[in-house]
Amino acid sequence: MLTIKNLHATVVGKPILKGINLEIGDGEVHAIMGPNGSGKSTLANVIAGREGYEVTEGTITYKGKNLFDLAVEERAREGIFLAFQYPVEIPGVSNIYLLKAAVNAGRKHRGEPDLDAMGFLKLVREKLKLVEMRDEFLHRSINEGFSGGEKKRNEILQMAMLEPTLAVLDETDSGLDIDALKIVANGVNSLRSAERSMIVVTHYQRLLDYIVPDYVHVLAQGKVVKSGGKELAHELEAHGYSWVGDDAKAAAG
Amino acid sequence: MADTGTQLDALVRREYKEGFITDIESDTFPPGLDEDVIRALSAKKGEPQFMLDWRLDAFARWQQMREPDWAHVSYPKIDFRSISYYSAPKRPEDGPQSLDEVDPKLLETYEKLGIPIEEQKMLAGVAVDAVFDSVSVATTFKKSLSKAGVIFCPISEAVHEHPELIKKYLGSVVPVTDNFYASLNAAVFSDGSFVYVPKGVRCPMELSTYFRINAMNTGQFERTLIVAEEGSYVSYLEGCTAPMRDENQLHAAVVELVAMKDAEIKYSTVQNWYPGDEEGRGGIYNFVTKRGICRGERAKISWTQVETGSAITWKYPSVVLEGDHSIGQFYSVALTNNMQQADTGTKMIHVGKDTSSTIVSKGISAGRGQQSYRGLVKALKSAENARNHSQCDSLLMGDKCGAHTFPYIEIKNPTAKVEHEATTSRIGEDQLFYCRQRGLSEEDAVSMIVNGFCKEVFRELPMEFAVEAQKLLGISLEGAVG
Repeated sequence: MLTIKNLHATVVGKPILKGINLEIGDGEVHAIMGPNGSGKSTLANVIAGREGYEVTEGTITYKGKNLFDLAVEERAREGIFLAFQYPVEIPGVSNIYLLKAAVNAGRKHRGEPDLDAMGFLKLVREKLKLVEMRDEFLHRSINEGFSGGEKKRNEILQMAMLEPTLAVLDETDSGLDIDALKIVANGVNSLRSAERSMIVVTHYQRLLDYIVPDYVHVLAQGKVVKSGGKELAHELEAHGYSWVGDDAKAAAG
Repeated sequence: MADTGTQLDALVRREYKEGFITDIESDTFPPGLDEDVIRALSAKKGEPQFMLDWRLDAFARWQQMREPDWAHVSYPKIDFRSISYYSAPKRPEDGPQSLDEVDPKLLETYEKLGIPIEEQKMLAGVAVDAVFDSVSVATTFKKSLSKAGVIFCPISEAVHEHPELIKKYLGSVVPVTDNFYASLNAAVFSDGSFVYVPKGVRCPMELSTYFRINAMNTGQFERTLIVAEEGSYVSYLEGCTAPMRDENQLHAAVVELVAMKDAEIKYSTVQNWYPGDEEGRGGIYNFVTKRGICRGERAKISWTQVETGSAITWKYPSVVLEGDHSIGQFYSVALTNNMQQADTGTKMIHVGKDTSSTIVSKGISAGRGQQSYRGLVKALKSAENARNHSQCDSLLMGDKCGAHTFPYIEIKNPTAKVEHEATTSRIGEDQLFYCRQRGLSEEDAVSMIVNGFCKEVFRELPMEFAVEAQKLLGISLEGAVG
């Protein structure tokens, strides 16, 4: 699905990623953990193609293609979805409008006809249930005046509608209370399938109690310093990031 | 990936789509302005003496006036003697009675513009009084309107047919001495629309006029007058576009609205005149005076405008709230792109008791566009319990444009309540990225964000106009997006 090789990236000229290697197979859920500033969010943004994140070295291959050949919207239409750490507000544009435009952009890309109004409404109502949101939610302006939990649930709603092949969840747990976290995690879990891979970026192990990953990678100073199974998250919880920090220093030394 | 600034620049750069000139023989005056020109103009239209006197009086006063320079716009000085003050399509006397008789070239022009006259005939909901250059050439739906007692005709015709109404109302809202451009308009106005809705009549259809400036170097001076008698209602739509050319064209229109007791006038504009090229060459100078007066109790006047064109816009549709409990509204979307400059806003003059006004202004600046909102809210001593709410939002695209707000508030009555809110935001890189990450093209994303920003104004427009306006904004911001 996704192969990252020796990825180096800078933000405003400052090197953040310094040689990341990752292999994400079909249907796998990988957790990326690490302390603040370790490059987790940078990695997520580089995959999505955000401006200002400059790749200086290395490759990312997605479904056999060079990811860097694709523009942001092309990556999206090819099935890459980024659940934002800070979902953006767009005043005056209703949620349902964006959802419909996004779904149809993907369909057009795949050579499918636009979903008609009835078909769309049916689909969106079904997906609303996944994240326990009510119909009225659809007619509010995108993320405007939403609570933190509502914003994150909205991200998962979009993900459910777009049915991506690779979902990157960037700190989806940040700012959530435990109830909202459960709803979001349930939504994500219901979207797990053999055709859909996920990268779950998080600072805390807590989220991984609910979204149980197949693999955990620890990032420090722009490198993967430790990889393992889901139990690695618990070790981190017990020992803190300084534990891998020491490892990183050892690796660098 | 290129930086956002460059991408937005590319996005907002686009060719003016309505640029072409129709080859029609024009009966055009040589450039110049003096009393003889005004006499000739008046004679050409076969005007009665009172009209000529009115023009001459205005001209005499205009000559004493100085061009205003307080607006936040800059342009080379206009030589008023280099403008031709009359241009009409040939054969105005045997003017067409139906569209079939209209010069096919003219219809072709409308086709190119995508003005759906044919369609409108079928839709049968809209009466069309098309102004081509200075003379109105097509007037339709007259019969069904006259059945309702509504007069809707070129103002040049009203001068002959309804001189008593013209004498009574022309210049009653915007006096000939009002301002430099209004005086000039009074002296040389070419044509425009006249609407009279009698007492208690609800005008059976939306009235619509399409303006178009065509002949080279011809200043166009529309004059529109709408009178709504007690308890009547009328909705008037005005939309315009002009061909591409090099010389700057002056457009100094005057619109006067009179709403009597319990009457309501809704005036909507979609303006898409040639804005000039990327360097600001060519383009229309749009110096317009629009004002309405709520003469009686509970009268209501509402201005809604979507302005994407013109090189320079200088325009403040205003309402004088004379009648007690009268209502004034101003909803505006203005877009400036490339080198466009706009100094626009409104004036709400509260005179009567319990009068209320609402101002919603949405300004979009892109390219090197400069935009100013200039609004006056004034409550006279007599305006007991006057209310105003103003909301002025600016949206910036890129980092070379500007948005400015000049709110003026003059309150003479302590019971008046005035609220003013203003915001300035930028189409964020993060908003664009968010939409694109969901699969939308950059163009669609911009259009969606801008339309969302303007939503409060668009919902005030009549349905078909709202669709057109959204399309227009999309086109105005369309460009070389990769």
